[in-house]
Amino acid sequence: MSTTPKNLDELKKELLDKMPTKVARKRDKAIVPGAGDGGDIPVIQANVRTIPGILTQRGCTYAGCKGVVLGPTRDIVNLTHGPIGCGYYSWLTRRNQTDAGEDGDNYIPYCLSTDMTENDIVFGGEKKLRAAIQEAYDNFKPTSISVFATCPVGLIGDDIHAVTRQMQEELGITVFANSCEGYKGVSQSAGHHIANNQIFRHVIGTDDTPVEGKYKINLLGEYNIGGDAFEIERIFEKCGITLLATFSGNSTITQFRQAHHADLNTVMCHRSLNYVAEMMETKFGIPWMKVNFIGAEATAKSLRRIAAYFEDPELMARVEQVIAEEMPAVKAAAAEVRPRTTGKTAMLFVGGSRAHHYQELFREIGMETLAAGYEFAHRDDYEGRHVLPTIKVDADSRNIEELEIEPDPVRFNPRKTPEQMKALEDQGVRFKVYEGLIGEMKKEAMIIDDINQYETHRIIELMKPDIFCAGIKEKYIIQKMGVPLKQLHNYDMGGPYAGFVGAINWYHEIDRLVNTKVWSLITAPWNDNGPELEAAYVAG
Amino acid sequence: MALLRHTTPEIKERSALTINPAKTCQPIGAMYAALGVRGCMPHSHGSQGCCAYHRSTLTRHYKEPIVAGTSSFTEGSSVFGGQSNLLQAIENIFTLYEPNVIAVHTTCLSETIGDDLRQISRKAMDDGKVPDGKHIIYANTPSYVGTHVTGYANMVKGILKGFAKKTGAPNGKVNIIPGFCEPSDMAEIRRLCGLLGVEIVMVPDTDGVVNGPLTGTYEMFPNYGTTPEEVAAMGDATGSIGLGRWATAEAVNYLDAEFKVPGKILDLPIGLQATDRFVDALRKMVGVAVPTAVDFERGQVVDAISDYIQYLHGKKVALAGDPDQILPMVEMLLTLGMIPAYVVTGTGGKLFEERMNALLKDVPYPCKFKNGEQADMYLLHQWIKTESVDLLIGNTYLKYIARDEDIPLIRHGFPILDRMGHQYFPTVGYRGALRMIEKITGAIMDRMDRDCPETKFELQM
Repeated sequence: MSTTPKNLDELKKELLDKMPTKVARKRDKAIVPGAGDGGDIPVIQANVRTIPGILTQRGCTYAGCKGVVLGPTRDIVNLTHGPIGCGYYSWLTRRNQTDAGEDGDNYIPYCLSTDMTENDIVFGGEKKLRAAIQEAYDNFKPTSISVFATCPVGLIGDDIHAVTRQMQEELGITVFANSCEGYKGVSQSAGHHIANNQIFRHVIGTDDTPVEGKYKINLLGEYNIGGDAFEIERIFEKCGITLLATFSGNSTITQFRQAHHADLNTVMCHRSLNYVAEMMETKFGIPWMKVNFIGAEATAKSLRRIAAYFEDPELMARVEQVIAEEMPAVKAAAAEVRPRTTGKTAMLFVGGSRAHHYQELFREIGMETLAAGYEFAHRDDYEGRHVLPTIKVDADSRNIEELEIEPDPVRFNPRKTPEQMKALEDQGVRFKVYEGLIGEMKKEAMIIDDINQYETHRIIELMKPDIFCAGIKEKYIIQKMGVPLKQLHNYDMGGPYAGFVGAINWYHEIDRLVNTKVWSLITAPWNDNGPELEAAYVAG
Repeated sequence: MALLRHTTPEIKERSALTINPAKTCQPIGAMYAALGVRGCMPHSHGSQGCCAYHRSTLTRHYKEPIVAGTSSFTEGSSVFGGQSNLLQAIENIFTLYEPNVIAVHTTCLSETIGDDLRQISRKAMDDGKVPDGKHIIYANTPSYVGTHVTGYANMVKGILKGFAKKTGAPNGKVNIIPGFCEPSDMAEIRRLCGLLGVEIVMVPDTDGVVNGPLTGTYEMFPNYGTTPEEVAAMGDATGSIGLGRWATAEAVNYLDAEFKVPGKILDLPIGLQATDRFVDALRKMVGVAVPTAVDFERGQVVDAISDYIQYLHGKKVALAGDPDQILPMVEMLLTLGMIPAYVVTGTGGKLFEERMNALLKDVPYPCKFKNGEQADMYLLHQWIKTESVDLLIGNTYLKYIARDEDIPLIRHGFPILDRMGHQYFPTVGYRGALRMIEKITGAIMDRMDRDCPETKFELQM
């Protein structure tokens, strides 16, 4: 079903012609071609306001803060301050798994809300919030409580930070608030940033109890959807790498408190957690590098980079041994499905990293990505971090707090000397670098930021991919068109897809999706030509 | 080891904190109701997160495309008002997606800042942003008042306000306002009315909209749902029947007040008696005889009850859901000899208490129920931990209690995120009653088969 993509101008015309002029003009800047094989990387418009009424994929700041970043941590009580809906819709709806063991704390199955009613909106909700924190404490006796603001909270002027400060003192546990009202920023992304700030300010580095381990790292921007973090943990353990904290799949607040003991931060989802990586480097002297555990080759590459960083032949040898042990099964699985998947095509429109990372997995089974784009990314996720200084901070970004971080007077400890860092860089171990999506995609490929329903429909009609990757809102719209959709936020029912086991799972899943018989059943036999009346039944 | 491992039977009075709610907010109900109008694009006037959450939840519930627009408020619009966002949205939606109707509902955000939908939609008309023959309707659905049921009720009234008229020429039809129920239920209500030969206008009608076929072509606006023309005729009807007080009283009363169409508000026809009342009311409203086909269906339900009640008698049930579903469900459980031991609904209203007390007055068991604030699944679970039950009925969120306490769960209500069936198979009417009895007996008997000692294991039941 693969077709050659049309050229960019033709495609843009098809996508934008029907739109009101102003809308088309704005959308035009969000569509660029790939720049693979060292081509010039074009500027793409990203992280700008969603156009009202165009049926966006995006969610809100609250969703990014509570739902994505802080939601997966199991031993913190998350309390939504607002009318009932926001807490309700973010209740267990992301598939981040966690393992609390037999009797560990796990509040993930609980939805706590102040359930603000008209009275609270008119007279203020601070009193109710204070009482709700007390009641949460009385019922659960947690070690930490986090409060999340919804839209009306900011408008009516509840000082949630004053309330949490006071309750922290009264209860003697960690209590902090997130001003993540849904209208802030332009997408979930603002919520990630706010969560990064608050977890950095209130939790990270608050426990100096030493942590044992020879090669200590953190993993940032991995949410254990479908068990991804479990697989990565398995691989680290096999390699002898000590994982202090994952932000935030399968995580605990204690792990966050001790995360500053790590000697390296590895970043999976650059968009959602790069802020913590940066701040930890400034405050504690921990370098960070971009990794990717989506795709078997990418996993191997990331492991080698971590080993190279520690400059220990023993670790390097161990990593090579693990890769050698894991790869045969991966290769066998890829070889098994490849006859049925090679030459098929994909489109990925999702998130702030996954639309990039998952192209690896498709490549490993011979599938090409025709078009891709992010839902809430910034220009650096597309063009690479080197454009950061050139990104103009607009009004919507300006109202998201940037923390001023200083080196910690006691605990700042550069893990490597500048000379060591330079030597590593010279060997190809790069720090604070994310190359972005555009440079990795072919010149014929299309890149579209914040794609909307209309553009999605048109691009499928025009380029007829064999599979489309997006989220739940898009899923059944696209499947009605006879094109399978794999959810990349939530993975539908599947996973893990990270690491080596994940790659195998993915190959089989994609094989199933692009080769399932159901799409061939759409036409009923009686609509498939043929005579209305067979001769044998014609009345003589 | 347990999923809800921090829940204990010790109940501490709560006045501010809701834990594991048995309700959600108004706008999702409004979005769902608007999908029951043909060619209608629901539109959420607020932050884009509301719309994303509602679409996601409805999509997961139906496994179907659910489209709706959003005004995508930013901090600026929250300060200066959302008019310009809504005007832009209206223009973009009519241009790009070409619906016949846009049904705008508000959110806590746009309500808190006080956006006036009447004024903004008038301005959209004046500015020529609404193409000829197309419509904007709206409803105020502040998330901090009532629940998803209230939002449904408000949007249904909004639909009527937008389209219903009175020409003065009676059309002999009956207006049916179904409560917040499934497309399959709406189809069954229509079929039942058809059996009686009663001509109806039913609004909303989501049958065919949120349970459509896979054809290889995506139709954003399928040829299902009530047309604006059909709604227009509702002012000339013989009478109106609302099925479920919480979801339909607003609409029924509006038709009465505005067009003098007399109305009757009944329970959702879940179970034998509630269906009986519906059929009887319908019969009397238009003066038709109930055909034997209906007697036959009804008789099958009575037959099934008599066949299986021995397995159900005295079994205790805990329910969470909406009042319109719970009240007739409780009545049905009592008919089956079962005990509705614990009931919670986050939807408020004094009437619930009165109705429950009336239903429970002869039940020789201290049943507990609570509605409104803090009437949540956490409380329900605490009650269960004190003394367990034989069966749970409610939405998917109950599965955590079901697993922890090893109690069978029948999924009913909204949302059902993990099973199929509700899109296609009704639980209203006599057919629906049979289906509920099948589910209940199945759940109880599966447990008997699983739990009884081998010596007591039986082939026939």
